[in-house]
Amino acid sequence: MAYELPPRFAEYNEARQKGFLTVKKVKEDGGRVAGIFCTFTPLEILDAAGFLSVSLCGMSGETIPAAEAHLPRNLCPLIKSSYGFALTDKCPYTYFSDLIVGETTCDGKKKMYELLGRLKPVYTLHLPQGLDGCALENWTAELRRFIAFLEERFGVSVTDKALREAARARNQERRARMALMETMRAVPPPASGLSLYRTLEGSGFLFDQDQRTAGLDRLREELLAAYAAGERPVSAASRRILVTGCPIGGVLEKTVGVIEASGGAVVCFENCSGIKAACQMVDEQAEDILSAIAARYLEIGCAVLSPNRRRREHLKKLIEEFHVDGVVEVDLQSCATYGVETYEIQALLRELGVPYMALETDYGQGDCGQLSTRLGAFIERL
Amino acid sequence: MKTKYCIGIDIGSTCAKTVVLSQDKSVLLQLLQPTGWSSVDTAEDIRRRLESAGFPIEGGAAVATGYGRVSVPYADKCVTEITCHGRGACHIYGADQLTVIDIGGQDTKIIRIENGAVSDFLMNDKCSAGTGRFLEIMANTLAVRPEELCSMAAEGGGVSISSMCTVFAESEVISLIGRGEKRENIAFAVVDSIVKKVSSQAGRMAGGQGAVCLTGGLCGYPYLRQSLSDALGCEVRTAEDGRYAGAMGAALSALALEKQQSAEK
Repeated sequence: MAYELPPRFAEYNEARQKGFLTVKKVKEDGGRVAGIFCTFTPLEILDAAGFLSVSLCGMSGETIPAAEAHLPRNLCPLIKSSYGFALTDKCPYTYFSDLIVGETTCDGKKKMYELLGRLKPVYTLHLPQGLDGCALENWTAELRRFIAFLEERFGVSVTDKALREAARARNQERRARMALMETMRAVPPPASGLSLYRTLEGSGFLFDQDQRTAGLDRLREELLAAYAAGERPVSAASRRILVTGCPIGGVLEKTVGVIEASGGAVVCFENCSGIKAACQMVDEQAEDILSAIAARYLEIGCAVLSPNRRRREHLKKLIEEFHVDGVVEVDLQSCATYGVETYEIQALLRELGVPYMALETDYGQGDCGQLSTRLGAFIERL
Repeated sequence: MKTKYCIGIDIGSTCAKTVVLSQDKSVLLQLLQPTGWSSVDTAEDIRRRLESAGFPIEGGAAVATGYGRVSVPYADKCVTEITCHGRGACHIYGADQLTVIDIGGQDTKIIRIENGAVSDFLMNDKCSAGTGRFLEIMANTLAVRPEELCSMAAEGGGVSISSMCTVFAESEVISLIGRGEKRENIAFAVVDSIVKKVSSQAGRMAGGQGAVCLTGGLCGYPYLRQSLSDALGCEVRTAEDGRYAGAMGAALSALALEKQQSAEK
């Protein structure tokens, strides 16, 4: 089958053109692409249905002005950026998605999906608001409905065997991610947080499951070998920082970059691309594999759940395991769920005697000077 | 040989402050000048002035702070203004438990000091309400100097401005002028707006022990100090050298740096 490129393709820069051509090739070879936004997306179902999953979370401010023609200004930059990419045909993955899967997570996202549905085929999964009561039964039933939709719409069959196989492969990848991130427990850590984060983020754009897992394993081995040979890319005097809060791909330089340029080392990421969504495994042996998959996703300690006890338990554990000197919470503009939780996180960290700072930022460059002063002062006090 | 004195340079958004300290922490020299449009030129000017006052830069360790800190090529180290204001205020007020309110040109900081070190801080973000710049713009609109605005405010009352945005607040001031409101009353509203903003920020850091003190360019304005004390329900202290707190802290950091370096030798 032939696929059309966007009308303004010729104006794109080389890297973007290359991205479009790669995904076009995947599609022409018979691949199906599912665009996803959130760590709650049940990847095993998409794997079993033969879809390649790729994150569509917008990480650049480039498309925000376009998005603001439809969306309010004081909305999360990630939501605006993602929507803007769909609107302007600038993201190859969004452009070539056969289906976009969203969840009822935060208010901004779920309302954006309604508008996105006017541009692209969108399926929104109804994630429970919390874990109490019948949350697991409801979520399992929701996943079952999703499977029925995929089977009918795309003429595929999602078997338990394929789900179990997918769970095994995804668990393996999660273990590889965890093992790589856990190398940062060493004092000093074997890599800078910035480079580790980029690797983790980049691996999400490799389509081959085995290649993804093997790449993570290989990198871990290389890091450990270099470390054993005496390489120390991070100074032992660096203050060890844990970063928590919102997804930070779009603000990496002005947060993690600045921390690491001011005498800090980010040794632990407790957010979407980090440990928060990699540390839970699906019970591969479970009798009802779908219910085991559903249960695994509900273990993610995200602020969209009410209440969200897991995050606090998790932070406590990570602070100890990674020998953390200070915690920096990075929240994106107008993120109500994480914004409200800062109060309880601050109380928890005060109790633990670990310095904490929360900052709110967006994809613009206007607050770079301020952020560097605030982060610099935070590290000076550690 | 770098042993006789230490230099702290605080290049703020409006004014540049320089302090030279002796080894026993007594003040040998204080300089104050407008930052102007180029921090680099200002830094060079400070270097020349230090030299002609008998404190050449080569003779002592220098630490730079303030938003222009990266533009001081001859500084041995940069330290953020939050750490410096904290350190400087401890020295000036002779205390190691303190809440420091620094109202600067483009930002306002609330710094909590425990056992002589910064334990927490807050800074206004994305907004100039409650800063020196806010006061300066309103003073311009009323055709007075900032210090005059503050003394006029003591005579006024009964009016308030509700907007937190400097641009909108300025329009409010202009409409008050248009309405024929007395300048004293408008001045009162301006100071009141700053005090409310700063005290709500300070309120978020409540629960600390020790005195509350004001540093930065506005600490020489008695009416502001009084209104802030009333709003916070405790006496806000000021000191003559309050506006040099950042530069003082930088000089103290330079002193510490020098001790550390000579210990390493």
